[in-house]
Amino acid sequence: MNWLWSNLDQVGELILVHLALSVPAIILSFVFSVPIGWVAHRSRWAHSVLLSLVALLYAVPSLALFIALPAVTGLTLRSPVNLVIALTLYGMAVMVRTAADAFDAVERDVLQSATAMGYSTTGRFWVVELPLAGPVLLSGLRVVAVSTVSLATVGAVIGVQSLGSLFTDGFQRGIEVEIIAGIVATIALALGLDWVLVHVGRLLMPWSRPEVKNVRGEPTPVVKRVDVA
Amino acid sequence: MIEFRGVTKQFPDGTVAVAGVDIVMPPHKTTVLVGSSGSGKTTLLRMINRMVDPTSGQVLIDGADVATVDPVRLRRGIGYVMQNSGLLPHRKVVDNIATVPLLRGTSKAEARAHALELLDTVGLDRSLADRYPSQLSGGQQQRVGVARGLAVDPNILLMDEPFGAVDPIVRAELQQELLRLQGELGKTVVFVTHDIDEAFLLGDQVVIMQQGGKISQAASPTEILANPADDFVADFVGANRGKRALHLAQVDGRSVVVDADGRPAGILAQ
Repeated sequence: MNWLWSNLDQVGELILVHLALSVPAIILSFVFSVPIGWVAHRSRWAHSVLLSLVALLYAVPSLALFIALPAVTGLTLRSPVNLVIALTLYGMAVMVRTAADAFDAVERDVLQSATAMGYSTTGRFWVVELPLAGPVLLSGLRVVAVSTVSLATVGAVIGVQSLGSLFTDGFQRGIEVEIIAGIVATIALALGLDWVLVHVGRLLMPWSRPEVKNVRGEPTPVVKRVDVA
Repeated sequence: MIEFRGVTKQFPDGTVAVAGVDIVMPPHKTTVLVGSSGSGKTTLLRMINRMVDPTSGQVLIDGADVATVDPVRLRRGIGYVMQNSGLLPHRKVVDNIATVPLLRGTSKAEARAHALELLDTVGLDRSLADRYPSQLSGGQQQRVGVARGLAVDPNILLMDEPFGAVDPIVRAELQQELLRLQGELGKTVVFVTHDIDEAFLLGDQVVIMQQGGKISQAASPTEILANPADDFVADFVGANRGKRALHLAQVDGRSVVVDADGRPAGILAQ
């Protein structure tokens, strides 16, 4: 335990570094996946092509991708940007499929009625389609957040600092506490991000809260007859 | 007034939904389109607000071809009520009703205040305003749907099987409510149903449609019962059977009206 007390600063710093790697990747994968998922949802042809592509992406071993990326990006192997790009790609592998499912899950009746109300195509997307896809998008984003935080540790193997550095360093120097601290911090960070996402979701989508959905069937007053003035 | 002139709709897969329809839907009256599924009644309705564009022919509102009007603009001026209410599940009841006025640029405060008045109009308590649609019963959702359809005080109200998904008791209630509202508001209502009883109850003009999107007969309910245009219509409205095939039986000098099964339907008023 002595190691932990004397290295608390370092653990704290690595948590921040780890966040700086994961959060941009999580956000970028979400931002890129939503439009791609929407295209996949719109066309049957695009659906099979795009989803096969992202499935393929997920099949690429992470270490191989980390090492191959610099050849494409021209950055050095140890650049954190490489890691962020790789994590973004892995996030997209999960998120594109979920985004397509999320748009598929929006009720056609509701969209038709929105059109009948007089929403333009773009208005309908931002005001009706995207918010209604929200709950499924959020469930995908939660998976991406947790898996990105955990996957970011692999960067330590190629020399990009993260909480994973506690594993590699702990192994090399035989400090068990350091390894455990790395694992616990990674899990805590993943759970923390998940907590934030759940609460942001509740704020943005109050209508999807379970307590809102469950009160249906409770007797509600119907005024018998009121004349129009 | 809504007028269809030689309107045909063929979908890309070759299905002819509507075939050469000519019909006039008079203003301030309820026209009910009735037929089994596949008769093109919903397609016909959706051509009025350009949810569907005809392959050939014209649809005119007060003499103007709807094809010349921007669809989004057109739809914001026509009330639309559909089955399962079609309410936006992520918007509170009051915001659902205020949807179209807000799209047309009415201020938020004004639109919300008017939405509350519309809750009164359709017989719902104002305490429901801040609920989400999923927190209402099916019948209440349909009432909100009607309120939303009326929100911009449109001349035309399109109703696509609006009471199709509620139980019979609520349905009867909603039908009476619509009759009351129509008596007060006098909209040009186009109503789609597959239920001939509902058509006869609500329609000033009933349009009976058959497979392939052709009109078999368009007339008042009385006229249809008295003079069904053909066997299909007679069969569809059940003119020769059950509760419509009434005849008189004399009991102690009074005329009792009985149905085909001999069950009393009422007394003949002299």
